[in-house]
Amino acid sequence: MTITRRDAGRGIAAILGTGMTMGASGARAQSRGGTLTCLLANEPPMLTSAFNTALPLGTIATKVLEGLLAYDAQMNPSPALATSWTVSPDGLAYTFRLRSGVKWHDGRDFTSADVAFSAMSVWKELHPRGRAVFANLTAVETPDAHTAVFRLSAPSPVLLSALHAYESQILPRHLYEGTDIQNNPANNAPIGTGPFRFREWRRGQFILLERSPDYWDAGKPLLDRVIFRVMTDAGARSAAMENGSVDIGFWSPVSLAETERLRRLRHIEVTTSGYEYASPMFFMELNLRRPPLDNVMVRRAMMHAIDRQFIIENIFLNYAEPVTGPIPRSSPFYTADVRQYPFNPRLANEMLDAAGVRRGANGIRFSITHDPVPQGDEHAQSADYVKQALSEVGINVDVRRQDLASQIRRVSTWDFDMSSNPLFAMFDPALGVNRLFWSENIRQGTPFTNVSGFRNAEIDQIIARQGSERDPAARRALYHRFQQIIMDEVPLLYLLEVKYATIANRRVRNHTADGAAAFGNFANISIEGR
Amino acid sequence: MGAAPDRTTAWSRAAKVLARRLVQGVPIVLGIVVVNFLLLHAAPGTVVDALVGQMGASDPALVERMRTQFGLDRPIWERLLLYLWNLVRLDLGFSAFYNMPVDVLIFERLAATALLMLSSIGVALSLGVVAGVAAARRFNTFWDGLIGVVALLFYATPVFWIGLMLLVLFAVQLDILPIGGMQTVAAEFGPIGTALDVLWHLILPMTTLSLFFIATYTRLMRSSMLEAYQQDYVRTARAKGVPERDVAYRHVLRNALLPVVTVVGVQIGALLGGAVVVESVFNWPGLGRLAYDAVLQRDFNLLLGILFMSSIVVIVVNILVDLLYAWLDPRIAVE
Repeated sequence: MTITRRDAGRGIAAILGTGMTMGASGARAQSRGGTLTCLLANEPPMLTSAFNTALPLGTIATKVLEGLLAYDAQMNPSPALATSWTVSPDGLAYTFRLRSGVKWHDGRDFTSADVAFSAMSVWKELHPRGRAVFANLTAVETPDAHTAVFRLSAPSPVLLSALHAYESQILPRHLYEGTDIQNNPANNAPIGTGPFRFREWRRGQFILLERSPDYWDAGKPLLDRVIFRVMTDAGARSAAMENGSVDIGFWSPVSLAETERLRRLRHIEVTTSGYEYASPMFFMELNLRRPPLDNVMVRRAMMHAIDRQFIIENIFLNYAEPVTGPIPRSSPFYTADVRQYPFNPRLANEMLDAAGVRRGANGIRFSITHDPVPQGDEHAQSADYVKQALSEVGINVDVRRQDLASQIRRVSTWDFDMSSNPLFAMFDPALGVNRLFWSENIRQGTPFTNVSGFRNAEIDQIIARQGSERDPAARRALYHRFQQIIMDEVPLLYLLEVKYATIANRRVRNHTADGAAAFGNFANISIEGR
Repeated sequence: MGAAPDRTTAWSRAAKVLARRLVQGVPIVLGIVVVNFLLLHAAPGTVVDALVGQMGASDPALVERMRTQFGLDRPIWERLLLYLWNLVRLDLGFSAFYNMPVDVLIFERLAATALLMLSSIGVALSLGVVAGVAAARRFNTFWDGLIGVVALLFYATPVFWIGLMLLVLFAVQLDILPIGGMQTVAAEFGPIGTALDVLWHLILPMTTLSLFFIATYTRLMRSSMLEAYQQDYVRTARAKGVPERDVAYRHVLRNALLPVVTVVGVQIGALLGGAVVVESVFNWPGLGRLAYDAVLQRDFNLLLGILFMSSIVVIVVNILVDLLYAWLDPRIAVE
């Protein structure tokens, strides 16, 4: 029955829309219609990512709700709900021209009032990163229905990097204004402007989206429906990929060993592109309040004692890239000109001796606890490796295993010596990196802040200056210095950049077009020949 | 045994007992709720930690706002009293993680769990009793040994492994059964079609779970049959010349069923706990997974709601089992 419906849909689409599609897509004809089934490893708490940045949620919500801007593979902004934008010479006003004729899925017009409401009442108030990003935003003026002017108290170059559908999602003012935004029923049944509209969420089973018939990008989306299937068992996810009942899974949906097995099947392809937007960096935090971790020589020695290439090759099976510091290689702010830490346990031993941290009678210099992030086998195995590697230089590591809530609580209340975390660096360091080192972000009880207790006056200065530095070259120079200081001081031990795998059936086309594939809107994805 | 008691008095006595037992259940449920509440709040971390942990980003004001929103800034006794007060008004509260009323979340999953558990227990009970009786009647023969070994094998094999192997065989290799879930997504089949669709999806998870239960019932049935065979009344029946068939089915089986009823009662009592492993492997939207996720997410209202409902089911099923005993064995009086 499903097949008949799909074929009928495709037939109608072929009759009505072929000319249009051919014109739009140019060289390659794309087939229209069909259902894309996408894997989801966890049930999302809601379906709006305007103020909750959890991954499964962002993966779904970005098909229904949109942002002002989109970004290409090099992270240059391109039009989405805003068609053009200008920045005033003093950098204190950003004027966005909005697309006209855009309608919410409930039929109301999308206007600048929606933008103003989302920016001032949602992003600036409730978004975990937005509160910092939009700190300088004082008002959003709406001279007419299709113009929104962002007024700033100080220049804020990061602004144009933060208007993606995942990061700063525009919510319909007419459904949210005057309500308890976090408990609004629309959070579970979103009304958006995107290519797909929400149809059904059956908890524990699936979320069903269907094509929005009057999407502003004529002829899009190509698919009729998108189904997100919640499958919490990794073995079942792998079997579902193999027999073709699901078409695609993002964020390394199965273990890396299974990924390698699936990659060898003829109907499956695996790619690690499409995650440049997020750039998850895997690092270990050290609690600098606890001696001898307050000694920079000890921290440098620990870096030399860990064979990071070993972790990349044997634990992450090369689904990871080496890093030299807090900023990923794909970022325009990256520099390799920092202090390097080649694997050298002999040197590490000498450095520890020189630092006065001598081995006791049992060969142990000191003991620390380690709270690895409980997400996936790789992080647990890395903890085992680190324990072994550090024992070679006389550091005894006691690995504590627990679930996520316990680990987050321990680390955020500073009840730890060492912990590990894979955190998004984001493509602008102001979004994802500064928070880990800024002394004003030492906040006991708040996760993902500067939990190490790292304080460095120059770093604080750089963070303050880059925020209003409008010359891109000067801002890059500031971040080069930033990376050098961090790698001299090593408050965190940077291990690697995680390369997530997208596993897809080969009949899915155009699933990875830019740096935010999983957070893309799926408007250009098509399914070939079934 | 004297004359059979008058039917109407037996029924009214049963009804009275039922009412009294239900009233006795109230303080038990209350005690369970309080202990659960205190135990759960002794766990490290809160729903805010779990929610923020999944976001990968946070902000002090945001964390504070969430704590206030979920009432975590209040002292624990105040939260306990509030919870009990709401419970009295049959309000199970709000799930912090799902942003939905707890009773809605539970009832969404109740049917799925009941279907899976009851059908598995039903199938396992029928097959287990048959196999147990067969083994007992052929005590110490090849067939007895075979049934014993097979039952033990299913019992000893991890459920998730059986589940995954069935999945790989029937859904991936043979491609004749669905890969999980409870129904074909977004298919419009009509009521009969939908029911058949659900049954089609039920086959693998039900089989997996039954295989686990069958072993218990088979072994239990066999041993209690063998025990009943030793009783004097069996010797009497045989001496009277009752055919061996009738001895087995009319005299032994009925008496041997009591321990099995006890175990079925315990397993149905655990019904709301569902079968986390089978539900995960087959992506079955049951309460077991919901409860498991609620633990990880520190979604205490949801978990307390599930535990509360479970305790009620346990108490009700216990009463029913007692009544069933009396029916199966008139010597057991309903007190």
